[in-house]
Amino acid sequence: MNALYSLVLVFALVLIALFGVGSAHMAGLFGTLLPYVAVAVFLVGFARKVICWAKSPVPFRIPTTAGQQKSLDFIQHDRFDNPVTPGQTFIRMVLEVCCFRTLFRNTKVELRDGRVTYASSKFLWLFSLLFHYSFLLIVIRHMRLFFEPVPECIAFVEMIDGIMQIGVPRLYMSDLLILAGLGFLLGRRLQDPKLRYISLVTDYFPLLLIIGIALSGIYMRYFAHVDIMAIKKLTMGLVTFSPVIPAGISVVFYIHLFLVCVLLVYFPFSKLMHAGGVFLSPTRNMPNDTRINHHENPWNDPNIKPHSYEAYEDEFREPMIEAGLPVDKKA
Amino acid sequence: MADLPKADELFKSINYTPPSTGWMDTPVDTSPGNWCYPAKAEKLEYLGFPNPREWNPADVDWKLPENWQDIVHEGFKERLDKYRSLKVFMDICVRCGACADKCHFFIGSGDPKNMPVLRAELMRSIYRKDFTMAGKILSTLTGSRVMTEDVLKEWFIYFYQCTECRRCSLYCPYGIDTAEITMMARELLHLCGVNINWILEPVSNCNRTGNHLGIQPHAFKDIVDFMVDDIEEITGKRLNVPLNEKGHEVIFITPSGDVFADPGIYTFMGYLMLFDHIGLDYTLSTYASEGGNFGLFTSADMMKKLNAKMYAEADRLGAKWILGGECGHMWRVINQYMDTMNSELNTLEVPVSPITGTVFESARQTKMVHITEFTADLMKHNKLKLDPSRNDHIRATYHDSCNPARAMGLLDEPRYVIKNVVKNFFEMPEQTIREQTFCCAGGSGLNTDEIMEIRMRGGLPRGNALKAVQEQNDVNMLSCICAIDRATLPPLANYWAPGVDVCGVHELVGNALILDGEKERETDLRFNPLPGKEG
Repeated sequence: MNALYSLVLVFALVLIALFGVGSAHMAGLFGTLLPYVAVAVFLVGFARKVICWAKSPVPFRIPTTAGQQKSLDFIQHDRFDNPVTPGQTFIRMVLEVCCFRTLFRNTKVELRDGRVTYASSKFLWLFSLLFHYSFLLIVIRHMRLFFEPVPECIAFVEMIDGIMQIGVPRLYMSDLLILAGLGFLLGRRLQDPKLRYISLVTDYFPLLLIIGIALSGIYMRYFAHVDIMAIKKLTMGLVTFSPVIPAGISVVFYIHLFLVCVLLVYFPFSKLMHAGGVFLSPTRNMPNDTRINHHENPWNDPNIKPHSYEAYEDEFREPMIEAGLPVDKKA
Repeated sequence: MADLPKADELFKSINYTPPSTGWMDTPVDTSPGNWCYPAKAEKLEYLGFPNPREWNPADVDWKLPENWQDIVHEGFKERLDKYRSLKVFMDICVRCGACADKCHFFIGSGDPKNMPVLRAELMRSIYRKDFTMAGKILSTLTGSRVMTEDVLKEWFIYFYQCTECRRCSLYCPYGIDTAEITMMARELLHLCGVNINWILEPVSNCNRTGNHLGIQPHAFKDIVDFMVDDIEEITGKRLNVPLNEKGHEVIFITPSGDVFADPGIYTFMGYLMLFDHIGLDYTLSTYASEGGNFGLFTSADMMKKLNAKMYAEADRLGAKWILGGECGHMWRVINQYMDTMNSELNTLEVPVSPITGTVFESARQTKMVHITEFTADLMKHNKLKLDPSRNDHIRATYHDSCNPARAMGLLDEPRYVIKNVVKNFFEMPEQTIREQTFCCAGGSGLNTDEIMEIRMRGGLPRGNALKAVQEQNDVNMLSCICAIDRATLPPLANYWAPGVDVCGVHELVGNALILDGEKERETDLRFNPLPGKEG
């Protein structure tokens, strides 16, 4: 049901762009004003969220230790799963952010023949990685629309992405892989009853929205063969703050752009903020070193004192003396 | 216990298919057996907690304060401002489900609200409604809901079905830690006077008598004397155990579970024998007679108050450093909280082993060393006379307690110690040990009998792993370094892998130690005949 809602929502968005540009001739709105607004909302919203998180202190060091601590010389310390220095912690974070190391650990529980079994389950890791890296490649590739001349590095990424040299226009691997990744993530959500049970509209919506973006992009490039020079005029106009709406741009482009704008606006107010949040996760981004170095808690309350020994002895002095235990005061 | 189903029946009853109604529309079951007994009014009064009263979770009316919704809202807001962890964890879950089948309570029950993701959603749904723009505007679409009495009841049931073991946090791609969320939820429940006796009674005991069990100083001395008697009977040697004495180098603090009941007492005997064997200059304290800290399961303030005793007493007795016994959550507190909370009371020196000269650099700041770190170092330097053959009747495996594993990383030290004193040692399946270890299902103050079925369900993964090594390797002993484990694992083993006993690591050490001038031993510390001495 939640998946259906999300599908309807995404279709509605497509129709808005279709009629907005195709029938109501609001290309100016969809091609220039909305992208500006979307980028502004994205940047301000993202920064605000991160600042809001950063405003709250981290009172305690609570890293999840995923390996042997540093202790005695003869015991092998697991440096990147249980870091004690900032450098080791940095590596742990790099592995987490770039390689999804935690997801690589994933297992799947099943009950078989009266036993609990744990099978390795790396598909989530694989397809998440495919999706995220394809997305990254696609974003980098799109940067050519905002530079004149196109920098070497962007051209290089594009060359690598199309290295298979299949078809004309050349097929980008990232286009296929992002669909594979998204397809798996969506299929998994729909197929696994546990996941279906916990999935909200806000889980399906971004998946379907990005699928919409990918499909409209693919359609533009391989099937509609849109006028790329005209589009580049528009995008260059945007970045040079002298917006123009060149003639002859297919409506598919405006649909694609509108969906991207929606994604940008949606981003800071949704779970997609995990992109920023992962860097601030206290169980991952801190060394496990509070036995070695002091960690300060800004709201630590010095007025909280233990029930004092004096009060304890006052209550139990007589039996203590009787039992021959040392006391500070005889009476 | 009477209506507990048989192990195989319970196993067959597990179903991972969620119910047909959505989780917001599935009412919470508050019938007896689903909750621990509520805290007695007098305990709340003693601790100065709000809303002390007689109440029953099975009743419709929980006698909440008039303005309880405001109290929860304000408390929530305050904690969001105090803890970045809570704020971030409320915002960034993508509901990928990686944590779903990692929780022992989910594996054993199939109840979807025991999936860590959904447990947190119980709270996130309120967060979204109260604190996010999207949630305020688009209620249903964003999975938000209003805080009602039913939601509060759901919190009580499910946040007391989480043992704060952090296994889900190990598998979460963002490190979202349900333990942190559970702690916050419990703090909010405390604000309304909704709490359990099995936590608050130990807390109030610990505050007053120095330990959870309420053992008063003279009684504590009696218990130690009993153990000294037993050690004398077994070894022929009478040990001197200093209590509350000033001017010793080390103060030793262990959970009171070790002095109270079988099998913890044998571990305690092991400690005493070890200290005698190496001539350690130490004292115990009756005032700081508890390493464990049920404050951790209550609130940050209570944890600090109870923990402060350790440094205060070490200072009063003039000790140089603290040696800590085998306890799970005690070490979570020492490793991740103690110095942050109470460093101003710390007057100690960097720990140095008086026997080997090893400087414990990794305890430079807290000045507190784990007994397995200490003993492993002694063994490495060949400072102990050992006869491992005295443990030949034992075929041991080792259970990593959640806290030393996932909130510290103490994995190889205890294994090093065990392997030096036991010849027959076998590991359980790798997905159930070390950092992936499964909880005993009684942590975080849930080791109480009125929720025995929940505990046995939660104990399934550990029980199953234990049964595997019992069948493959004839394992008959489950060793561990946690006092709660020593209380919770015997019924668990009895249910899922009957025939396996539970022991602490230093019981095995005590068995193997050859004390100076001891008589030839006939029995182990449990008075069971040693191998070859059965006649």
